Amino acid sequence: MTSAMSHWSAANQERAGVILASYPEQRSAIMPLLYIASLEHSFVCDDAMREVGELVGITPAQVQSVASFYTMFKREEVGQYLVSVCTSISCHLLGGDDVLEAVTAAAGEADDVVSAERAECIGACGGAPAIQVNYETVEGLTADKATALVGWLSGSRPEVVLADEMQQLFGGQRSFDWGPTEPDGAICPVPAFGPFGSAREGR
Amino acid sequence: MTDTILTARMDAHPSDSQTLKRYLATGGYEALGKALRDMTKEQIIDEVKASNMRGRGGAGFPMGVKWGFLADATPRYLVVNCDESEPGTFNDRQLVERDPHQLLEGIAIASYALGVNHAFIYVRGEYPKGARRLHRALDEAAKAGYFGRDILGSGFDLDVTIHLGGGAYICGEETALLNSLEGRRGEPRLKPPFPAVEGLYAKPTIVNNVESISNVPWITLNGGAAYAAIGPERSAGTKMLSISGHINKPGNYEIVMGMTWADLIYEVGGGIRDDRQLKTWIPGGASSPWFIPSKHLDTLVDIDEVGANGSMIGAGAVVVMDDTTNVVAAARSIVRFFAHESCGQCTPCREGTSWLEDILTRILDGHGRTADLDLLWDVSDNISPGLGWPPAMTTICPLGPSATAPVASILRYFRDEVEAMIPTADVARA
Repeated sequence: MTSAMSHWSAANQERAGVILASYPEQRSAIMPLLYIASLEHSFVCDDAMREVGELVGITPAQVQSVASFYTMFKREEVGQYLVSVCTSISCHLLGGDDVLEAVTAAAGEADDVVSAERAECIGACGGAPAIQVNYETVEGLTADKATALVGWLSGSRPEVVLADEMQQLFGGQRSFDWGPTEPDGAICPVPAFGPFGSAREGR
Repeated sequence: MTDTILTARMDAHPSDSQTLKRYLATGGYEALGKALRDMTKEQIIDEVKASNMRGRGGAGFPMGVKWGFLADATPRYLVVNCDESEPGTFNDRQLVERDPHQLLEGIAIASYALGVNHAFIYVRGEYPKGARRLHRALDEAAKAGYFGRDILGSGFDLDVTIHLGGGAYICGEETALLNSLEGRRGEPRLKPPFPAVEGLYAKPTIVNNVESISNVPWITLNGGAAYAAIGPERSAGTKMLSISGHINKPGNYEIVMGMTWADLIYEVGGGIRDDRQLKTWIPGGASSPWFIPSKHLDTLVDIDEVGANGSMIGAGAVVVMDDTTNVVAAARSIVRFFAHESCGQCTPCREGTSWLEDILTRILDGHGRTADLDLLWDVSDNISPGLGWPPAMTTICPLGPSATAPVASILRYFRDEVEAMIPTADVARA
């Protein structure tokens, strides 16, 4: 591992090595490495882009050109809980705009712990209106339930965000039977995926 | 005859359909064993061709024919498109969360048939749960000898990499997906060259959708002819449809095509919520022109029938709207989506989609002008000349033309409603 990443956790340095080895060409690792860098820096800051550039052998400007294309690489600090409210067609038809208004208002009173954003379709149309908290899906919301969900996040500050728990407490209609409870959830506003170190087993 | 192919296991075993144990107990990986032991690569490709299955990602191109285009150079790659992001679609999400081994076995068989030793699954970033389930399933299956080196003693090696996207709809377009997978901006490439000749890292590459590949184990076990025998000849097999909006029973349904839209909406979907009237529906996701009850209820749910009627089944997303719907607001939601997701390469799309959003917004805000109706048509016509079907394009990819579908739909079918939203003072002035 090169010097710029020496301050990364040992686990993240190891993960970066595994990811680089899983592609025929190193540049392909930019996106997963940007997610890991987001864990280290809490968002994709200039240092993050320099480090990822060094890992894959391209310039920071080239990394920025990639990072700036994708909405999930956050270029500024977001709260511990990122609530993404879908207002694409099916959610729009069933009250997604009201949910967005409610979540935005509630997040404003949550001391920067919760950030709200409008999201485009999150693939939960059968359970519209739907949201994601740190990219974990909750379906069948109402404006009131969404407000309560934001209050619960800022009040109880769960260490691991679990879709099934939020769905049970605040959700309604689902897109389909989710099947067994999912043990893993998100620890920050980075998609909870084991190879990135951003997924953790819940309570 | 089999009622369902893709959802049979998850319906019968809802508590553990995602595990290797349940997959093996219900015949899983038998198709891979049969393929590696008893079939040549050509035989597998022939069965897929014989199945007549048309790609489930939206374009409807026959999968076996696509496989036949793969160039000889090596290495070659298989890339599975799980960047499901079309507003209205959520069926790939169910397939990867509830039956990940079915997809993985399809990948292994397809890779063997195509001479691929490294396959990729591009999962949209908003589906971490699906990615986790695929990752766990892949781990389990590799430990059991279904992936990795010398699979089942056949000498065939296969690695699979699960790649998470970054929240860009355009990466569902296959060449944009390949750029993204190479660590670049997800901008579509000019075709030709097609991916089958120059794809990932400029090597021969097959890009297939999740639902398409998930059918491969069944086709391998039962034969292409058995698959082709299901449903209409030109829309063979089962199709996952996502039904949402103002419908009593939203959800994913694995159906045999050939029924009428009336049957789909009122029987399968349980009819319109609160016993209201059906106003319009989107037959194939946000990209597709809308259907209306006075014209299309007796039209068949069939790839070619829908195409002949000026729309498409696409990736299988049906969005139903009742008589309370403000169609201008609905169209604005869809246009805003495409304006947000435009990659920015082509001027007609980059500028046009934002203009369409702005014009619809001012109409909604009560500031519309009479000339706006013609302006909406003109801007749309610049992106997709003639606004016909299949759409003509002034752009590299179909994203821009997709944004014109809702605009042309409301101007064709609901022009009076749009006009009624223009302040009367302006109408009088005009």
